[in-house]
Amino acid sequence: MAHAVSHPTQEHHHEPTSFWSRYIFSQDHKVIAIQYMITALIVGFVGLFLSWLMRLQLGFPGEFNFINPNNYLQFMTQHGMIMIVYLLTAALLGGFGNYLIPLMIGARDMAFPFLNMLSYWTYLASVLLLLAAFFVPGGPTGAGWTLYPPQSVLPNASPGSEWGIRLMILSLAVFVAAGTMGGLNYVTTVLQMRTRGMTLMRMPLTVWGIFIASVLALFAFPALFVGGVMLLLDNLFGTSFFIPVVNLLGKQLGREGGNPILYQHLFWYFGHPEVYIVILPAMGVISDLLATHARKPIFGYKAMVISMAAIAAIGFVVWAHHMFVSGMNPYFGFWFAIATLIIAIPSAVKTYNWLLTLWKGNLHLNTPMLFAIGFISTFIIGGLTGLFLGNVIVDVPLHDTYFVTGHFHLVMGVSAIFGIFGGLYHWFPKAVGRMYSEALGKLHFWVTFVGSYLIFFPMLGEGFLGVPRRYFSFRGIESFPDIINDLNAFITVVALIVGAAQLIFVFNLVWSVFKGRKAEANPWRATTLEWQTPTTPPPHGNWGEQLPVVYRGAYDYSLPDAPQDYVPQTVPPSEKARVRV
Amino acid sequence: MQGILLAIVLVLLIVGAVALTLSGTLWLSPLASNWGMIDNMLVITLVVTGLAFVVLNLVLAYLVWRYRARDGQKATYFAEDHKLERNLILITALGIIVMLGPGLFVYSEYIHPPREAMTVEVLAQQWRWSFRYPGADGQLGRTDPKLFAQNAFGIDVTDPAAQDDVLVTGPLHLPLNKPVVIQLRSKDVLHSFYVPEFRAKMDAVPGMVTRLWFTPTKMGTFDLLCVELCGTAHFQMRSKVIVESPKDFERWLQQQPTVAQTIKR
Repeated sequence: MAHAVSHPTQEHHHEPTSFWSRYIFSQDHKVIAIQYMITALIVGFVGLFLSWLMRLQLGFPGEFNFINPNNYLQFMTQHGMIMIVYLLTAALLGGFGNYLIPLMIGARDMAFPFLNMLSYWTYLASVLLLLAAFFVPGGPTGAGWTLYPPQSVLPNASPGSEWGIRLMILSLAVFVAAGTMGGLNYVTTVLQMRTRGMTLMRMPLTVWGIFIASVLALFAFPALFVGGVMLLLDNLFGTSFFIPVVNLLGKQLGREGGNPILYQHLFWYFGHPEVYIVILPAMGVISDLLATHARKPIFGYKAMVISMAAIAAIGFVVWAHHMFVSGMNPYFGFWFAIATLIIAIPSAVKTYNWLLTLWKGNLHLNTPMLFAIGFISTFIIGGLTGLFLGNVIVDVPLHDTYFVTGHFHLVMGVSAIFGIFGGLYHWFPKAVGRMYSEALGKLHFWVTFVGSYLIFFPMLGEGFLGVPRRYFSFRGIESFPDIINDLNAFITVVALIVGAAQLIFVFNLVWSVFKGRKAEANPWRATTLEWQTPTTPPPHGNWGEQLPVVYRGAYDYSLPDAPQDYVPQTVPPSEKARVRV
Repeated sequence: MQGILLAIVLVLLIVGAVALTLSGTLWLSPLASNWGMIDNMLVITLVVTGLAFVVLNLVLAYLVWRYRARDGQKATYFAEDHKLERNLILITALGIIVMLGPGLFVYSEYIHPPREAMTVEVLAQQWRWSFRYPGADGQLGRTDPKLFAQNAFGIDVTDPAAQDDVLVTGPLHLPLNKPVVIQLRSKDVLHSFYVPEFRAKMDAVPGMVTRLWFTPTKMGTFDLLCVELCGTAHFQMRSKVIVESPKDFERWLQQQPTVAQTIKR
């Protein structure tokens, strides 16, 4: 616990000896992190496979008879929910958060190790509930990942509107519990367990990103929980929180007084911060990758921290830009457009500072660095397209078209997953003690980076044409030129290739765990604490007898009068030269 | 090697993106309403963001090429420059004001229909559209969702204003060059009214009435699409809009039966 600082011995950290307590019901943050990451990646592959099924239908309509309008919507809904919540959120907070926070701030473990273990097993339960929906009568919900009522909960109003939606809400509620346990842990650990000398403004940006995202999660998830509970009641017990008087399929339902727009406010009060819960840790990760592999301090560290905090704070008052044409009070449009476009400023600051970090650097373009640079590029296009959708009147023609699909995939799908890939390659040597294959890593990057542009950039153009998203087929719509059929086939082919290329990534990591070259303790010659552990991978309790002491900021690369191009955080000011390798 | 390759790929991406945009193959469908201002805002936004896209990616490509690790290459310590940061923020803010300022003016117009506009009601349900015109008195009769059990529009047939209302299952006929307020209702779930050529868009929400307005400026037939996911046959929830001369429109409207003629009290 917090006494770890005052009791530098390992009295609280008896190393577990049995297989079960070491690898399965482990309370070691590093093991829990790997459990989180592997589970998230596996469920992510389910999400990827579902996107293939969607793309097969869109690219070659009618060729694959097992895909029908019903299960198309189910694939789509599950794909969205899996990728955003169960892959990205879980991998970035549960995976990187768990592994890196204690190591980067010089703690022996999380503040609450038992709660941490419970968080993972709760998350696993939520994943099982999610996947169970594929095996219940009616299948999983097909109401879109937003689960908008009335269609999501009224009988037969959408696919999976009985058992599917119930399992979905239950799974989300369990996930919220897991996320809350994790979030409390990350926030407490960062605030309480930093080692001597590790001031807040000396923390690596990865820790800042995860810390701020955890605070966001603690404030945002309850809105999802509340919305979910009422949704479930509307479904199970015929209540009317979100259901007004309706006549469904020729039958008057006897509901009264609910308002579907109320749900949308609750959902997006969670849903928009959720975007930042995903992207802020990724921003932190790639900041560290850029500085390390460019051999330069991050440009404008303070501005980077302030802009992350600003994005998080303003991020709580922009949610209704998802609802510009929902029928809410039209005057809301003014405020939510202004607030949304203001967020562009801190986001732009981050982009400029990444570019300025590269300027006059010495760029080692290995796999993690390639993904970090790829992140900058996809974040630029993804962020800029957000300016269309945030500016209320420009949103009107583009709303619910493929422009939106292209935008959010680039900014929070591709960019966030690039943060994950970059981070995984970067910290793999520390976590496993072996190097991955650079050649395979680069191949993985090139196919994924170029492929992502080829998939999602044309979607922006389809959106300009007005092509609606969430359509099973576009047959019979005369407004659209024939080129969209060829384009959709093209996108599908690229998506199949990019999806298959992810097997290179899996093969690379699995193979390297067993056969990779032995890694040095600090192969990237990095400054931050996680590279200064006594062994690689770090031991239980992380630091051996003595906790590290921090004397400097996280980015002392290429100091003018230092003999080496990096000075670890543990080196006292007078001893720039003496570097532990 | 990776540096040069990455720089080339980034430049190719820029060239491809600009070429695809300028080629016009994936451009807005020809405008058929008064909302040229929306198109102008789209173009302004495209120019500002397009400029940022090209410049930032070019800078990225240059940096990757110029500072890729080579023998003897050394990084220069450089961690802060407040003046540079401030100037970049000012440029960004300027770009945002250029887009947001006029955008909000156009939006203000978008949510304030002209007084002389005629009102047409659009009723959405899984998975079709139907339409109601106010008839000779220019007033739509009272409706209540509880009355859906009695007639398809939920009309209060005792309301005198409802008697001459005209009910149509489609297509939607509109007179050329006359502003029209589309009043949206839904019987069951969420739907959304969208004609790509008109640009305007609004959800239909059960239990309430929503509105949008536009002036059709081109004769012809257009696709009306539902763009809010509304269940299995969402993608087939379509109708047509026919824009015709006011004379033809009036003639057509006269031939349609009224509520008094079709619904028994």
